[in-house]
Amino acid sequence: MTSTRLSTSGRPLAFTFDGRSFSGREGDTIASALLANGVRIVGRSFKYHRPRGIVGAWSEEPNAVVDVTLDGKTTPNLRATTEPLVDGMAVRSVNARPTAEADRLGLLDRLSPFLPAGFYYKTFLWPDWHLFEPRIRAMAGLGRLDPAHEPPADCPVVNARCDVLVVGGGRSGLKAALAAARAGEVVILVDDRPLPSGSSIDRELEIDGVPAVQWAADAVSAIAAAGGRVLSRTTAYGIYDHNLVCCWERRTGDADRQWRIRPGRIVIAAGAIERPLVFADNDRPGVMLASAALHYLRRHEVLVGSNIVVAANNDRAYETARALAAAGAAVTVADLREQARASRESGIEILAGATIDAVHGKAGVEAVTVSGRRIAADCLLVSGGYTPSVHLFCQAKGRLRFDDAISAFVPGDAVPGISVVGSAAGELGDLRIVPAWPRAGAKGRQWIDFQNDVTLKDVELAARENFRSVEHLKRYTTLGMATDQGKTSNMNGLAAMAAITGRSIPETGTTTYRPPFVPVPFTVVAGRRRGELFNPVRRLPLEAEHRAAGAVFREYGGWLRPAFYGAGAATDEIRREGLQARETVAIFDGSPLGKIEVFGPQAGEVVDYNSYQTLSTLKPGRTRYGFMLTESGVIYDDGVVTKLADDHYVVSCSSGHVAGVVLRLEEWRQDRFDRSRAFVHNLTPHWATLTACGPRARSLVAALSLGIDLDDAVLPHMAVAAGSFEGVPARVARVSFTGDRSYEISVPLSKATALWRAMNEAGRPLDAVLMGSEALLMLRAEKGYIIAGKDTDGTTMPHDLGIVGPRDKRQGEYAGKRSLFMDNALDADRQQFVGLAVADGGAMLPVGAHGVEPAAGGRRSIGYVTSSYDSPNAGQPVALGLIRQGLARTGEEIEIVHLGKTRRARIVSPCFFDPEGVRLNG
Amino acid sequence: MGTCVTRRYSAFGLFREGLRGHTGWQPAWRSPQPKTRYDAVIIGGGGQGLATAYYLAKNHGINNVAVIEKGWLGGGNTGRNTTTIRSNYFYPESVALYDFALKLYEGLSRELNYNIMLSQRGVLTVSHSDAEMEMAARLVNAMQINGTDAELLDRDGVIARAPLLNRGETARYPIFGGVWQGRAGVARHDAVAWGYARAADAAGVDIIQNCEVTGFLVENGHCAGVETTLGTIRADSVAMCVAGHSGQLAALAGFELPIRSYSLQAMVSEPVKPCLDTVVLYLGTGTYLFQSDKGEIVVGGGLDRVPSYAQRGNPPMQQTVISGMLEMFPAFGQLKMLRQWAGIVDVVPDSSPIIGPSPLPGLILNCGWGTGGFKSIPAGGWLTAKLIATGEHDDISCPFDLDRFRTGRLIDEAAGSGIAH
Amino acid sequence: MQLFPCPFCGLRDETEFSFATEAGRGRPEPAAEVSADAWSSYLHFGANPKGATREVWLHAACGEFFVMERDTVTHMVTVQEAGEP
Repeated sequence: MTSTRLSTSGRPLAFTFDGRSFSGREGDTIASALLANGVRIVGRSFKYHRPRGIVGAWSEEPNAVVDVTLDGKTTPNLRATTEPLVDGMAVRSVNARPTAEADRLGLLDRLSPFLPAGFYYKTFLWPDWHLFEPRIRAMAGLGRLDPAHEPPADCPVVNARCDVLVVGGGRSGLKAALAAARAGEVVILVDDRPLPSGSSIDRELEIDGVPAVQWAADAVSAIAAAGGRVLSRTTAYGIYDHNLVCCWERRTGDADRQWRIRPGRIVIAAGAIERPLVFADNDRPGVMLASAALHYLRRHEVLVGSNIVVAANNDRAYETARALAAAGAAVTVADLREQARASRESGIEILAGATIDAVHGKAGVEAVTVSGRRIAADCLLVSGGYTPSVHLFCQAKGRLRFDDAISAFVPGDAVPGISVVGSAAGELGDLRIVPAWPRAGAKGRQWIDFQNDVTLKDVELAARENFRSVEHLKRYTTLGMATDQGKTSNMNGLAAMAAITGRSIPETGTTTYRPPFVPVPFTVVAGRRRGELFNPVRRLPLEAEHRAAGAVFREYGGWLRPAFYGAGAATDEIRREGLQARETVAIFDGSPLGKIEVFGPQAGEVVDYNSYQTLSTLKPGRTRYGFMLTESGVIYDDGVVTKLADDHYVVSCSSGHVAGVVLRLEEWRQDRFDRSRAFVHNLTPHWATLTACGPRARSLVAALSLGIDLDDAVLPHMAVAAGSFEGVPARVARVSFTGDRSYEISVPLSKATALWRAMNEAGRPLDAVLMGSEALLMLRAEKGYIIAGKDTDGTTMPHDLGIVGPRDKRQGEYAGKRSLFMDNALDADRQQFVGLAVADGGAMLPVGAHGVEPAAGGRRSIGYVTSSYDSPNAGQPVALGLIRQGLARTGEEIEIVHLGKTRRARIVSPCFFDPEGVRLNG
Repeated sequence: MGTCVTRRYSAFGLFREGLRGHTGWQPAWRSPQPKTRYDAVIIGGGGQGLATAYYLAKNHGINNVAVIEKGWLGGGNTGRNTTTIRSNYFYPESVALYDFALKLYEGLSRELNYNIMLSQRGVLTVSHSDAEMEMAARLVNAMQINGTDAELLDRDGVIARAPLLNRGETARYPIFGGVWQGRAGVARHDAVAWGYARAADAAGVDIIQNCEVTGFLVENGHCAGVETTLGTIRADSVAMCVAGHSGQLAALAGFELPIRSYSLQAMVSEPVKPCLDTVVLYLGTGTYLFQSDKGEIVVGGGLDRVPSYAQRGNPPMQQTVISGMLEMFPAFGQLKMLRQWAGIVDVVPDSSPIIGPSPLPGLILNCGWGTGGFKSIPAGGWLTAKLIATGEHDDISCPFDLDRFRTGRLIDEAAGSGIAH
Repeated sequence: MQLFPCPFCGLRDETEFSFATEAGRGRPEPAAEVSADAWSSYLHFGANPKGATREVWLHAACGEFFVMERDTVTHMVTVQEAGEP
């Protein structure tokens, strides 16, 4: 006979464990339900597959890890002690086959003498680790991931501010929250239980003369009445910089939530966790924490055994002993303290100065030998003291001091803005504890970390091999690295190391405390930042119009843009668009193109400094193409700058670089110039830009009646004009990215749809074609126009494109100037921008293929293909690339390799079509 | 039993010691008091420093060496990284360096008589667009030309290697294909540090833990040793291998470095049975992850972009990395974050290390590894040892000398993918 | 989540800011008179202090550069100043 439920009340819930059917009740955790049904073995330890039973009652639990299937979905690695039981759950033990009770790998324990801590570092050297790894991996791991279960991305993140955040809803926390709320402070209290409780309730104490359970309920109401907020089932798992506290709120029937709370001050009332005792075979199923047994009794009406031994070194364990005896168990207290007095009280026998010599029973506790006397027992409760939960205090860089009176670490010097109260501060009442730490050289298998199978002998081995610091101890033995994060093992482990190495516990120290305090679901950390919200793509104002016209969209530089139009194969549609664009007129949506206004008396200086080419010498109404360099002399972006007036410029740049260019301009403006005499204003999102390009472009624009004289003498290539469209300003720039006559028409966003309709209307009689980005990229390549970042890389400087004028002649300072004269910049063997023609009669060259030439020790890359298209207009495949010394090697044939295959290409001018450029005015 | 000891690690040794309670195992390293003089002093007891000491002894017969570590050995970045080993780099100089390290890793367990658990399970970098596939091709070709293994995979090839990847049509980052390096993989980071430490110690190197360098001894403009919290230690050569703290030591020596220190976070989940057999990096999310032999999913991503020595990061980057992971592997939403930590990475403008003489004669630099120090440990140590022993660069380390900043000859891997900065 | 103080917008989340440079490092010019060492020092080198530091930051949301004094170990922010140093 082991654990039982004392009464049958409450709504029954059906569940299975390892295939067997059981019944629990409303309010149960999976653990309390298992105990109510007398289930002893709930899992197997990580390494040796020893049978494991439930040890604790909440998040300190090291053993009861389970996989749970509900509504057809399985979630691995849930902690049975914190997981509420739900009707219909199918619960499975982890790391055990076929069941926890009858695990096939249980025999591994026989090999345990040869598998101490770190054994894997000492072997598997021959023939190779790879031979052993798959087996080891298969044996490692706890639960099993369900490949078909993709939890939704729907955890809200709630941001909250308050004056006081109280962590922990026990007596001390509730008192602190109540006092603060009554004093008019904005208070949030978080507690990880279904109802704020703390140990006072399990212990059935009285607070201010009232039973704890009533007092707590009243306190919660009072806090709410005073304007405070109590969050239940909410764990504060981490404190981060500048006093941010992250919490995980569990909800039923709704997604969990992450809370990010920014309090003025924090009160930590997180309680204390009971420690197990360390003795031979202390890991048998049926060995539990005394406070856990009390909790199961009081909260769930589960009596953990009928013949119970309580081993303890402190007074508080007696509360459990008496409660269990009153509930009908036969209880023996093995009081380890010499000062205790042997006696008998109602139902309890007390043995003083006791020692736990042995625990008998392989599948679970059957008997305990106390001070030489064998006592039949089905449960052995242990209480070795209490460890204050100082985690959050230490995460905030609080320092600890060791309190000998309670044999525990407590908060030391205060951290500004953080106070610790109650058990967490070491206020444990009069425990009269006598330390019972592990003793060096003690015999038998004495377990410290139950999940990871770390014993006292492992700590001795670590010390023997000079892994004596607590961090080395942890990493070498994996003590404290299991899913319970060492809550019941860290103190015993470091105390053992202290004893073995002859140091005090404070001298030995603790490992670093880091978030999370408990394992937190990834979905909670990720919040709603999923899918589109992970990295929202930017969308065109005319997206609906493009879709209606049959556009197929792709992502370009963070923007969703039409790649091509039509339902046919991509290559066919792109080819069609590219051909027709040069025959009639194409309409292209260039709205994402950067339009950054710089104005003020020093606007020209700002623009000049930002650019490789001088721009202030432009006549008003003219544009010039140029580069923006980084201070390392590398081409950051290229684009056209328009001078509208001496104090007004418009800088354009590629759509993906707008934010970067704006910030560069701001940096120069604020750093070098007078902020009151130069201003930068990004108007990119405020203008829609539609381009008409091709031989019939002027006819199309004329039909729009923009009030602009389109005569080439008045509006030549590389000039702008101001007009109007349906009553709003329209800017028309003759800038070409295809090499054909081209007009970029910009109107305020409100008129985007109207302009689109008007241009389509005007284009119909002209046989206009809608052109997407793919065709545009092909047409510009035919002309050898670069795409910065595609045809240039992070080393490309203007002279690598053959543009040396400003470097050689320009007098004043500009960004990146000095870098153009560094050793590497002046090197002859630099990658230069060239065209590449197919020289072996084959298909177009693959992008990413490298040019190669022989070099010492084999061959070396001399560059690569950056763009490549099967050009219908050039009548041949066109490619662009960066090839070392390419500008001097025009006409040469080079070897190209791609994925092991060799091709031949000839270095040519990058302009494959209309080299004279007559089509700009065609 | 008798006073038999077991020094050599082997299955037989494990068996023999198992029969007598493992009482015969020897300390992995001694805890000596520092002498007042050594032939060489290495500052920094992480992987780079310990490997340097080992190769000084092994390759050059120099074992009158001290490694000075201010904390406990292997406790810095070597104990905090995400353990990936790869040489999938663009420039020939980088491939030469990292592939040299990979080759040394391949024989390291046997050489050190310590199982570093090298798992060459491949590294997969996934592309999400035609443009990224073009870059992938550029990289694969570069790797092949520069003499290391690389494969360009299509979408099916990627999914075959990581079946749980998000292959839905509505995925934010659709799978187009990727770069595969089969010889790449992971190893046990602590084991690398401990393996080198044990072997160096066995060769006679003194590893002095809990000893902090507080200054340099400079005589006639030459570095003649170090001042430490345990006294002055003279040496003919001093090397600094202190990663994120390089700037501090440089300041003590009177010069500056092109290094800025940042926190780099990493996280692990609770362990589950095997579900991911390779290392996956997504270009779109910047998140990379793999499953440790213990079953934990190990995940990392970009830096916290605030210069820091705090060894901790903050929730925004944590959220970015984790949500990136769930974009890649939605089923991992079943898992919980068990631990998180951060190291201090020394970031250099071209993301390439600095190996070579410092401006102070007699002081040698091994730093600037940024987020990539673990994969290079054997090579970094080997090359630094050569510099100390011979005063000369190896062909492999020469391009990474500090003077590349003066000449502008940066080895900028990001630049190779088109990123100008 | 760190909070940084933009002198114009107040305390904002760290994600709105980017680090620009260590404060007080002027740009050497004119180019013709700047040595390679001086230029590379300006481009790439720094003190990278552990502890108190004085830095120039950008608040991307409003586009303003400002000076912030903070500690690279404790992450405490002590001072912020508008304008360039």
